[in-house]
Amino acid sequence: MNGWPALDRFLRTDPRDVGCEDAMEMLHVYAELVASGEPAEERYPGIAAHLQACGPCGEDFEGLLAALRGEAH
Amino acid sequence: MARAEAARRGPRLRITGPELDDLAYQAAADALVAIISKLGQFRGESRFTTWACKFAIFEVSAKIGRHFWRHPAVPLDAEDWHRLPARFGFDPAHQAEWGDLFAALRRAVDTELSPRQREIFVAIVLNDVPLDALVMHLGSSRNAIYKMLFDARRKLRAVLAANGYLPDDSSGRS
Repeated sequence: MNGWPALDRFLRTDPRDVGCEDAMEMLHVYAELVASGEPAEERYPGIAAHLQACGPCGEDFEGLLAALRGEAH
Repeated sequence: MARAEAARRGPRLRITGPELDDLAYQAAADALVAIISKLGQFRGESRFTTWACKFAIFEVSAKIGRHFWRHPAVPLDAEDWHRLPARFGFDPAHQAEWGDLFAALRRAVDTELSPRQREIFVAIVLNDVPLDALVMHLGSSRNAIYKMLFDARRKLRAVLAANGYLPDDSSGRS
């Protein structure tokens, strides 16, 4: 096991990260783009950066995406 | 929606049965209140149902955060530094290789972080308290706690990079 990359990933911050408030404000729009296969990361790089780094917001995104995909089936 | 989301997350969090049902019910009720109070903010950028579902998800998160304190695994003021290397995947057999890194990290946590940043770092990183649970405990917001931890991470990485423990590059700047 080599934990250096994991520690580095955890401590590394992305200056594009918009934070929880802005990401959650647009989460419904972002999730619909992802669900429909649109390039959401390109359109909202700050939200994408945030969802990668913030566990709770990432979990909310996964939940909303699961709901959207569930509707589609 | 709240029930489906609670069911998606519940088993991982070991919340099941009536406890999970109750959590989902409370989340659904509070989500309805939130949706009604925010109706004027819906701008039609997504389907209405997606926008509304978002609040059910948020309420499930909040209820799970509150639920954590019913059976907290670790006292909030505990500081178990010994478990930290393993949580990042460092092999105890190679402690000679990473011992100095964690000593430097601990020094940086003690000397570089503000008292509030240190409190949040210890709770989330050392004691594994979920961020939403800490939000409840401190009466704060997810955004405020995340920002505090974000700044702490940036400071700590800068110190470790300056001392040669991590790659020194510009992508950690904010």
